[in-house]
This record gives sequence, structure tokens and C-alpha cells, in this order.
Amino acid sequence: MTAGIDVSLGEVAATLALVAVAVGVSFWQRAGLEEDIAIAVVRSFIQLTAIGFVIQIIFDEDTLALVILLIAVMVVFGAFTARHRARHVPNAFWPLVIALGIAATGTLGIVVALGVFEPEPRFLVPVGGMVVGNSMTASAVALNRLGDEVQSSAREIEATLALGATSTQAAAPIVRRSLRSGMIALVDSTKTTGLIFFPGTMVGMLLAGADPEDAVRLQLILLYTLLGSVALAGLISISLAYRSFFTPAHQLREPPEP
Amino acid sequence: MLFELEHVAMSRGGREVLRDLSAALPEGASCVAGPSGCGKSTLLRLLNRLADPEGGKVLYRGRDVRDLDVLELRREVCLVPQLPALLDGTVADNVRYAAGLWDRTPDVGRMLDLAGLDASYADRTASKLSVGEQQRAMLARALAVEPDVLLLDEPTSALDERARDSVEAALVDLCERVAISRVMVTHDLDQARRMSDWVVRLDLGHAVEQGPARELLPA
Repeated sequence: MTAGIDVSLGEVAATLALVAVAVGVSFWQRAGLEEDIAIAVVRSFIQLTAIGFVIQIIFDEDTLALVILLIAVMVVFGAFTARHRARHVPNAFWPLVIALGIAATGTLGIVVALGVFEPEPRFLVPVGGMVVGNSMTASAVALNRLGDEVQSSAREIEATLALGATSTQAAAPIVRRSLRSGMIALVDSTKTTGLIFFPGTMVGMLLAGADPEDAVRLQLILLYTLLGSVALAGLISISLAYRSFFTPAHQLREPPEP
Repeated sequence: MLFELEHVAMSRGGREVLRDLSAALPEGASCVAGPSGCGKSTLLRLLNRLADPEGGKVLYRGRDVRDLDVLELRREVCLVPQLPALLDGTVADNVRYAAGLWDRTPDVGRMLDLAGLDASYADRTASKLSVGEQQRAMLARALAVEPDVLLLDEPTSALDERARDSVEAALVDLCERVAISRVMVTHDLDQARRMSDWVVRLDLGHAVEQGPARELLPA
């Protein structure tokens, strides 16, 4: 591959050699991941190619309505995906849709209002995708933790309710721990960025021939934007979802085992 | 009458736990006694609405508990669970937390004293106390909300004889020093006789007999 942004299918195919290494390692160590790796490779190729075409259409049309539609679709699919991770949380879909929707629109709204990005599809689509993706992961981790915490801390929660605490007061410690759990991965990776790993946007820009200073600045903008969106999504999804564990009379729906 | 249960029914996990249960608990010291799994703890949780019955009703001082403000009911009628479930932090943190729920500033030393712990326990980490000490810390925490009634779910079931005697003495002493009623759940009929004036005996989710402890459980 030469310096620049022209990437041929042949070059993509060449990297399958590394996929073969992954399959080989899995086979040799009997990890049983060969089929999953094959599915991952095929799905990523189809999904990214398809989204590439969609993005090309949105860029060609250059209309914000299509951007909004694309982000709405990503929010709904993101909520579906995250819901499976949060299987102990009843009715997690709507809290996730609302959290991802507000995180996406709120974050994009703020960066546009601050003049960081122009309100154009070529900025909003990739940034929106990153915002929804990272928010989805953080919300899924946070809700998964929330479900586990409610089960493991049911006795402490009910003991607090028994003193006259509201469900919000009784859930406060687990809400705090779950939010932390959802955010910690991004906070840690932001701390170590540049030292232990190079983040994707920066790598992509450098490969595309951009000036390193520009690549670093854009990467910083995205990291800081993602911190905000992940915090928003985590907070909103947990704040909405924890209520499903309680009745309006501040009772645990699934009381602790006697 | 402190509590009246009228034709109460309740199930859990598809199993009928309480069935057509009618009973009365007067002011003062009462016990709900019966073998393990007979529905005692489930009954206790109905008294301050940690759960609602599927059938029948529960009256507190003559009023249906569902007509009362649930949070105010739980402040007045405070439940101490069977196993200690304290929050992270010191004993004093726990006592202050409970009092803070009701905008009260507790005298931590007095709460500990009433619960049978000396003032040195205030700064000790709650999770590092023995089960008996944690049980008394739970009691001190409950007292910080200034309840009228204490609901005690097998408060000594996890304790050895010496710790049990100590908790029992703390409870008797407490109720003599402050005007407070208590309803205790126990599987131990000797304890029911020692600790109560009135007993309701449960079996298979049904009240089989009730009356003065000295008549139902003669020494």
C-alpha cells in the first residue's frame, strides 16, 4: 500500500494472512474460535462495505435529514445489541434508546455549537457513529453491572428501604458503581493513549497522509467528545433502568432470598 | 391493636407462603413463632410494606397500610433483617446515614448504647465486626430513625448462645428505656417465651394459635 488514501481490495485481501494467523492460533490451542473468526471476517466485510455505500450516498446527497436517519438507525440497533448484554435488567431497551439518542444528539449538538465541527454529513456521520458505538458499549457494561449488583446487593438494598429510604436513595450506591463500571474503560484508555496504544482515528489519519499535529488534535477532540457522550449515556441509561427493579411503593420487585 | 392481618394470602416463586392468615399483634412485645419456611419472614415484610399481600389486608393501628404514606410507615415501623446488611463505612456512618434519611442528627453514642454497644464501636468499620456486633449495629441504625415499632427478623439466628443472650438483653433493655413496640420473628419457642408478651404461632403459612405468651408457651 502506498501513502495516501487509495486502498485496493487486493490490499484488503492481503491482510487475510493475519486472519489466517488468528485461525491457526485458535486451531492449535483448541480455542474453538475458528468459526467465530470466519463469521466475524465475513460480517465485518459485508457490514462495513454496506455502510460505506450508505455513507457515500449521504455524502453525495449532502442533507442533514439522512444523517439524522442514519444516527436514529444506529441508536435503535445499538439499543438492541446492548439489551442482550444487560439481560438481568427488565425492559432495558427503552432506557437504552433514550440514553443513546440523547448522548448522540446532545454530544453532536454541543460540538457543533462550539464550532468544533461544521454541521455537515462528512463530520456528523463518522463522529455520530463513534459516539453511538462507544455510548452503546459503556451503557451495556453499566447496565450489565447494574443487573448483577441488584441481585448481589438485594439484602443491603432492602435493608435500606426498610429504614424509609426511597428506591432512589437505596439504589444510589449501585447506580454509582454501575456508572463507574461503564465509564472506566474509556477513562483508562484515554489516560494511556499515546503511551500504550495509538487510537484509531489518529492511526487512520496518519495512514491517510495527514500531518501528525492535525491527527493528534482531531484524536483529542474525539476522545474528549467520547468522554462526555459515554458519561451522558451511562448516567441516563442507569437512571432510567434502575427504576424497573422497584415498584412505585419503593419495594424490590425481586426480594432477596430468605 | 398494633397490627391486624385479615385473610392474608401471599405466594413466592409460585409457592403459597401465607394462606388465609388472620392474626392480631397488640402494642408491646410480640413474637411470630414457627418452624423454618412457615412464612414468618414473609409476614414481617408485609407489616411495613416491603411487600404487599396478594389477598387480604394489613392494618396498622386500625388503618390499611396501603392508605398510609409508605415511607413514613417505614420510619414508624422499622424492620431489622435477619442477616446484617450494613453499608460500607463505619458504624457511625451507618447510623448517620439512617438518621439523614429523615433529616435527623443522631446522638450516635446513645444509639449504640441503646443497642448494647459501647461508644468505641462508632469508628469501627462495619464490615469487620462480628455477626453479633453487626446485628446490634443494625439495631442502632434502625433506632436512629426514631421508630415507634421495631420489626426484628430472627435477630439472633446467626449467633452463638452468648451473643444471643447479649442481643436479647439489649432488646429488652431498649424497650424498657424508650417507648417502643417490637414484633420479633423466631423459630425458637423458648426465645418467644422469654422475649414476648403475645405470641402468634404459624405453621404452613397459617396462624394456628395466638394469645398471651405465658398461656400459649408455659415454662
